[in-house]
Amino acid sequence: MADKVLMKGNEAIAEAAILAGCKHYFGYPITPQTEIAAYMAKRMPKIGGTFLQAESEIAAINMVYGAASAGMRVMTSSSSPGVSLKSEGISYMAGSDLPGLIVNVQRGGPGLGGIQPSQSDYFQATKGGGHGDYHLIVIAPDSVQEMADYTVKAFDLADKYRMPVMILADGTMGQMMEPVSLDLDIKPAPEKPWATTGTNCERKHNIINSLSLVPEELEKLNFERYEKYAHIQETEVMYEEYMTEDAETIIVAFGIAARVSKNAVAAARKEGIKVGLIRPITLWPFPTEVISKAADKAKRFISVELSMGQMIEDVKLAVNGKAKVELCNRAGGMIPSPEQVLEAIKNGGAE
Amino acid sequence: MTKQILIAGFGGQGILFAGKFLAYKGLTEDKQVSWLPSYGPEMRGGTASCSVIISDEPVGSPIVSKPDVLIAMNIPSLDRYEDSVVPGGVIIADSALIDRHVKRTDVTAVEIPATTLASENNMPTLANMIITGKLLEILDGFNEESIRAALGKVISAKHADMLEVNLKAIEIGSKL
Amino acid sequence: MVVFDKPKSLLDVSMHYCPGCTHGIVHRLVAEAIDELGIEGKTVGIAPVGCSVMAYNYFACDMIEAAHGRAPAVATGVKRSNPDGLIVFTYQGDGDLASIGMAETVHAAARNENITIIFINNAIYGMTGGQMAPTSLPGQVTQTSPYGRDVKACGYPVRVCEMLSTLDGPEYITRVAVNNVKNVKAAGKAIKKAFQNQIDGKGFSLVEVISSCPTNWGMTPQKALQWVDEKMIPYYPLGVYKDRSADSKEDK
Repeated sequence: MADKVLMKGNEAIAEAAILAGCKHYFGYPITPQTEIAAYMAKRMPKIGGTFLQAESEIAAINMVYGAASAGMRVMTSSSSPGVSLKSEGISYMAGSDLPGLIVNVQRGGPGLGGIQPSQSDYFQATKGGGHGDYHLIVIAPDSVQEMADYTVKAFDLADKYRMPVMILADGTMGQMMEPVSLDLDIKPAPEKPWATTGTNCERKHNIINSLSLVPEELEKLNFERYEKYAHIQETEVMYEEYMTEDAETIIVAFGIAARVSKNAVAAARKEGIKVGLIRPITLWPFPTEVISKAADKAKRFISVELSMGQMIEDVKLAVNGKAKVELCNRAGGMIPSPEQVLEAIKNGGAE
Repeated sequence: MTKQILIAGFGGQGILFAGKFLAYKGLTEDKQVSWLPSYGPEMRGGTASCSVIISDEPVGSPIVSKPDVLIAMNIPSLDRYEDSVVPGGVIIADSALIDRHVKRTDVTAVEIPATTLASENNMPTLANMIITGKLLEILDGFNEESIRAALGKVISAKHADMLEVNLKAIEIGSKL
Repeated sequence: MVVFDKPKSLLDVSMHYCPGCTHGIVHRLVAEAIDELGIEGKTVGIAPVGCSVMAYNYFACDMIEAAHGRAPAVATGVKRSNPDGLIVFTYQGDGDLASIGMAETVHAAARNENITIIFINNAIYGMTGGQMAPTSLPGQVTQTSPYGRDVKACGYPVRVCEMLSTLDGPEYITRVAVNNVKNVKAAGKAIKKAFQNQIDGKGFSLVEVISSCPTNWGMTPQKALQWVDEKMIPYYPLGVYKDRSADSKEDK
């Protein structure tokens, strides 16, 4: 086993990105993700890369758009209000089939909200955010190690499918330190013959573009993109199951909510309560099938969230009326305690 | 075994540093650890706190809401967190800055004038490590080797000359 | 003997521009500069949102279509990806560059980003059918200023060259026009210099081209070119507003 170091989640993302071959970072300061920018500002000049503090989140995502067009592994990071500003650019990346990594270290909203941890950008991340028919692959790590591992994975998936990928973390994931091994599974980026790297007068010009004024053609592009999305839904779903074999009650939670819920599940099990946890790791594609299967046996699902209840809609769609679905939540920067989750396991959450 | 530690005080007292040291010490002893700071404007002069978990098992939630050990380095911290300590737990308070006694009778209360001792020993910024030394003595004794290893990791190369005085502070605390 | 030929960097496709529009002239000047400097194979162009949105279909070099106003940010991303290997230009209109994209314009200039910007100022939003632009003249009638631009209600036009030339950052800021042969020749020279500056690593170069929009101005092409002379140029004087390299030579 490689040596483990203690790192903040934000720093782990930054170092993993560099190890994955990302040499271009464009960002704008916002709490609680600023460590990513600070880390990049220190490291990028030493490896011949680019750290650029843009004039706005809007400019930053468009710099990402440019560097991705030129075939680079490139990323930006922000927190909730900043990701709203980036949403236009993210839609353009999706519409131009450009790979890239966007990190959202979420904080409470709406509006300026607060700076404490939240998961209330679930809808924004998984249902759009920007305009038009598109999806991002959305990955929700629940440890500092996963922040590093899935950053590498995010670049691979982005390149593989030519689409933007989002790491959806929160203030705790970004700020906490845990031991992390940086012995990561790095694969080289694929060739990008579509990139605007200059024709060298040897090929037809490449065009990066999301404009298509003929509706028949734009429809065809959308259908093709959704075929790709369907393939991703079949092959790229990631989740973790914890004590679900005999569970009558199943908690569904991601990120920090899953960490808290694990404590509650362990405590409930000590009292002989048959409860388990399904932790979606990819929020899109959502682990619909595993939840649907679990709903054949389990009587009750509890969606534990740091929001007013967003993922619960996807849980309900997956359960499809086969079992009760309840909500156990805190919002606005508050985090449910293991005791609150245990209480919901014993006496029910909100329906 | 799992130890949940909450360290709280003013920004600038080295609260986060003490927590990092404990986390690194756990790491050098092959334990599972997590460290979670409070963050935001309160770091700059207001209250600061951090949750440290050291365990033989994988760490679940990194948030310490019911600490086994509370280190309180000012009155607001003791007021705020005293009731959250688990029965049978430990509260270590800096009596130089807290002019009241621990009210709880179902915990081990340790009151040491860490800030005064730090001044007297010519290490005015190291009350945090004196109090951490006391914590180590209560938890698992003064093990110089792992303390040195952890200090080596948590003190940046630029400040390497601070290692010995930190070690000294921990030693002072552990002998109280 | 061929005395007149299409520049190699311009593809042999029909353009969508209105009759009498000066975009075609400026496209040609850009393509000629690219040809003369022999940089087609390493040039990447950024098209805006506006009438020249489909410029990506006309230039033979690699092209990117940017979101409205964001071309300088996109160009920054491309240029920083390969600063020594690529020549990057944006081609933007007045709404794109001076209204929605003003922040990107100003900050790219302030950073002295080593890119070339071709800025078409025709004092109107063309593609959406003739609305008031940040550069529409006081009193100018447009679809959204039907009684003439009232400066009390909608403020004054933005003089981009004058404003940018107050910054320490940029290398070369100049204003040209394409309403007569003499001006077209001068515009061609300025555009070539703006690319040469990038090749030489000198930094941010912006060429503002005073252009006409007969369709949305509601004029014949000839009348529109006259209007450039009589109305536009007096408000937007032609000339070099900043040329750091030349200025520093003079200082010596």
